[in-house]
Amino acid sequence: MLEIKNLSKTFFPGTVNERKALTGIKLTLNDGDFVTVIGSNGAGKSTLLNMIGGRLRPDVGRVLIDGRDVTRIPEHRRARWVGRVFQDPMAGTAPHLSIEENLSVAMGRTRARNLLPGVSHKDRQFFVQQLGSLELGLENRLKAEVGLLSGGQRQALSLLMATMTQPHILLLDEHTAALDPSRAALVSQLTGSIVQRDKLTTLMVTHNMEQALQLGNRLIMMHEGRIILEVDGDTKAGMTVKDLLGEFDKIKGGASDRTLLQ
Amino acid sequence: MTFLTDLASQLPGATELGLIYAISALGVYLTFRVLDFPDLTVDGSFTMGAATGAMLISHGTPAWLSLVVAFAAGAVAGSLTGLLHTKGKINGLLASIIMMIALYSINLHIMGNKANVPLLGVDTVFTPLETAGFMRNSWTGSLILGLWILALCIVLVLFLHTRSGLSLRATGDNEQMSGSFRIGTDSQKILGLAISNGLVALSGALMAQYNGSADVTSGIGLIVIGLASVIVGQAIFGQRRVWQAIIAAALGAVLYRWVLQLAMGVGLPPQDLKLASAVLVVLALLLPRLSFVRNIRANRARRRQEDALAELVDTQTEPASAGTPAGAKEADRA
Repeated sequence: MLEIKNLSKTFFPGTVNERKALTGIKLTLNDGDFVTVIGSNGAGKSTLLNMIGGRLRPDVGRVLIDGRDVTRIPEHRRARWVGRVFQDPMAGTAPHLSIEENLSVAMGRTRARNLLPGVSHKDRQFFVQQLGSLELGLENRLKAEVGLLSGGQRQALSLLMATMTQPHILLLDEHTAALDPSRAALVSQLTGSIVQRDKLTTLMVTHNMEQALQLGNRLIMMHEGRIILEVDGDTKAGMTVKDLLGEFDKIKGGASDRTLLQ
Repeated sequence: MTFLTDLASQLPGATELGLIYAISALGVYLTFRVLDFPDLTVDGSFTMGAATGAMLISHGTPAWLSLVVAFAAGAVAGSLTGLLHTKGKINGLLASIIMMIALYSINLHIMGNKANVPLLGVDTVFTPLETAGFMRNSWTGSLILGLWILALCIVLVLFLHTRSGLSLRATGDNEQMSGSFRIGTDSQKILGLAISNGLVALSGALMAQYNGSADVTSGIGLIVIGLASVIVGQAIFGQRRVWQAIIAAALGAVLYRWVLQLAMGVGLPPQDLKLASAVLVVLALLLPRLSFVRNIRANRARRRQEDALAELVDTQTEPASAGTPAGAKEADRA
């Protein structure tokens, strides 16, 4: 379970560049919730993910994972519970390490990093089985350098690496945005099936409204550092992209009117 | 003819020197290639190893134990550079230069404020080999030394394939990704710098024992020697696999000594040696960018890619795999 309590963050406070990235965000994800996050550029979506992941610290507010306050725990220690996939396909893998070595690094999220062989015989069997579920033929190329793979293959591998150790929270930051349409569809479909199979508690940022409706059981819309719309269950299931755009214009218009009145 | 016979007689000695420097090259490989961190601390830690080892031996410590202590001293120096860089957020190159300068004074203190500590009449690790007549004029010394260096290379290769070693390599390869997989990248950098400078100090201690004296200037320019060995060695012998890269760095150090010996054989004055080293490094860095070398490499890369494609086509024809056209397109891009 992920609890976000009253999270606020201001960049460059007290300067002319002061920008309120997040204002009093409250959000709770129950176990197995898959929440998609949409919103325009600068809405604070990535900032929110970076705070849950531990790359940024909030000015105010707390982040709780399974009841544990992780607000002050640095990223590399929080990673025990949090899996991440980034937008850039190059960001989630080590290019000069082989596929099996990358997977071993991913296993290190939950197991000790000691002087045992990085890739044991047993590991290799597990990796073959895991890679098989991607259906990209990567299970036959365990020794290939990851830098030789295409963007789509690397992103599918990143997704596998982030999920195969069953993280308590999975964060996806526009992880299909940099791929061509067919590869994006593939990674999107893999995301849906892996999250459903392992019942992962997931927060996914996307610019693709169709994807936001298609995946997940809940949806939130952010604007200027606030959550301005939350839909879930049957309401979300019945929504179309047109409905979503309508809501967006309505609330955005309302918000700017309110700003004018102040 | 006398030139050639002279050279041939000097070759075993040059090989021995090269093999001792090879340990430094392995250290430089760890920082420069694995961690992607150009570490100038090594200039200081080489001398530090020489000074520590020489002082201990001349005060009666067994030679092998002095090597262990020298390694530890170098490791401490490397850790300090790592701390300055990671916790102090000082630029890596600058942190290592600061450490290098500080070590110069520290080394003089270790040597009792003398610029040179002779090792006359004391037993070194080489004494048994020398009394048996295996060193300098015979290839036996090189062979025995070479086996030790090979053992060290094997240990290093094995380490870089452990879970801990993979964390080190991942840190140098993609720091952002490493952090997201629970790798403490700061500690990994400190660890890498410690091992690297430990190896360089060990190399310095051995060099002092080989030369029969420790000199406070012995480490000056070591980073260039190390880089030359790594870059030249890996340009010639390849670096695709970890074991390949490590053996190449060690062989590069030996090759470098041979080239210097040749240069001196044709009359290069000793005071120009460091200039020659610098020129060699520049050549090694620029040569790979020349067009004809690039063509050779492009051909080699293309052949590798074709192999990979063939492999991929094999796997794609299996019924379980994704659509063939898309897969083939991807292989083109890879």
